[in-house]
Amino acid sequence: MSDEEETQPTDDQKIEIAKWFLLNAPAGEIQYIAKDMKAVLQDETLYTTAAAVAFPLYNKSHMICLDFPDRSGEVMVTPFSEIGENEYVDPRTAQVAVVDHVNQVCRRARPANDEELPTPYIEEYRYALDIEVTKYVSEAYPKGICSVYCVNGKDVEEPGMDFDLVVVISAARLNPQNFCNGSWRSIWNVEFKDEAQFVEVRGTLQVGAHYFEEGNVQLDAKHECKDSTMLMSPEDSAHSVTTIIRHHETEYLNSLQTSYSKLPDATFKDLRRKLPVTRTLFPWHNAAQFSLRRDIQKSLGLEKK
Amino acid sequence: MEAAMGLMRRIPPKHSEAALSALLSLLPHHSADLLSQVDQPLQVLCDVDSGKEFILCEYNRDADSYRSPWSNKYHPPLDDGLYPSQELRKLEMEANDVFTVYCDQYYEGGTSSVYIWENEDEDGSRTADGRRGYLEEGSWEAIHVIEVVPLDEATARYCLTSSVMLSLTTNDESSGAFNLSGSIRRQMNMDIPVDEGHLCNMGRMVEEMESKLRYSLDQVYFGKTKEMICTLRPPSELVQTSLPEQINK
Repeated sequence: MSDEEETQPTDDQKIEIAKWFLLNAPAGEIQYIAKDMKAVLQDETLYTTAAAVAFPLYNKSHMICLDFPDRSGEVMVTPFSEIGENEYVDPRTAQVAVVDHVNQVCRRARPANDEELPTPYIEEYRYALDIEVTKYVSEAYPKGICSVYCVNGKDVEEPGMDFDLVVVISAARLNPQNFCNGSWRSIWNVEFKDEAQFVEVRGTLQVGAHYFEEGNVQLDAKHECKDSTMLMSPEDSAHSVTTIIRHHETEYLNSLQTSYSKLPDATFKDLRRKLPVTRTLFPWHNAAQFSLRRDIQKSLGLEKK
Repeated sequence: MEAAMGLMRRIPPKHSEAALSALLSLLPHHSADLLSQVDQPLQVLCDVDSGKEFILCEYNRDADSYRSPWSNKYHPPLDDGLYPSQELRKLEMEANDVFTVYCDQYYEGGTSSVYIWENEDEDGSRTADGRRGYLEEGSWEAIHVIEVVPLDEATARYCLTSSVMLSLTTNDESSGAFNLSGSIRRQMNMDIPVDEGHLCNMGRMVEEMESKLRYSLDQVYFGKTKEMICTLRPPSELVQTSLPEQINK
């Protein structure tokens, strides 16, 4: 604020600032922020250091989807599919992708080895759930991608132990020419409790939208929910879990729509009226008279509050 | 500088203060530009003399002090701060009175402050801050900067740049955390005869602009972002489902 002291931030501080900007990019916009950040920093080395840390975090948090180089399928970059530094497994095609985070591409792919994949017993459940969820996602989301990973107990060979799967669903609508981008991310943790023969389902849904023509308007909404079902055969459990997911996600969308329809009436009206109580525009040339009347009203206690 | 503005356009509005701070530290030479071009949430201070509130913004700031439009004094006191000329001060006082009534009429509460200064040409500025909460938190803040250039004896050109910042937040059981916020900026230029006085002309422009902004905020805030969500995941009525199970609430 005071112009006398030229406190230049330290290199470390500059890196932190660059990381912060990159991490806070809305869905699909990190490359634009990257370009602007480089221009503002004017220092290639500092930027590269920041990007090396920020990009992986951003990519995982946004669950970006990359194509395998040979177009054999896609891999999702998520905290759950990470099996090594810059390595992400795709259970569907049993491949591991080596990812270049900063450029957001998959450099190479290799087949996954046995230790990196779940056992056949677990895979039955994972696979069944994957089928159901993929079907659901293709119906509910025009452009959604999903995947199912085993995050706990992937070496379990037979009934008797607990294991956890996670379902990730990600949909992004990027329309930079119309200055509008949006994203939907859901993460569903599915815990199979063997002893109680119970499946606990916990979901976190996150929705974002960004409109930036002549301004900057963003929606940021988050919701958590949980549910449960019986532990059954892989196919039946998968069916049941997917029904739960579908139910909660649809409900959440409905409640978002309700929030939206309530807002204009409730809030906007309260914040600023369309017209004054008089139903006419403000009488600028007569303002002094208005003011006098208002003072009288106030002193008579007639003012509307 | 363009890159800096690009960044401000993408960073979530709720972080805009932090973002501006960061940019100011990285680009100290551009601080004047940044401060005047980036809209920040408005803060309010109480004038010690009149007990009335006034808004703090770039236009009444000198060093770290802010000038109150009610008493014309700097808070905290400043030895040689900038003050408007006698004539402008008169207009400023009148403007503040009138806009208070305007603010009352439209916002039924809230605060407004007008600051006028000379800047090669004649500049006028008004800031209005209406705060209301129906949900957990909601706020509307508007800044209008009008540049007034006398064209000839009878007419003047008015260039109005307005920005409105709106923030709405809810947090409840059924819908979780919901935050919709941001700002839009518009411009309007008009040549108007001065016979009814500058205040009248400026006031009418501001009123018209605010109504326009309110309308487009409705369309933009609610319209576009809602549209985006429905594009991401169309409501179930539009989706063909083969499973018989559906929500039965």
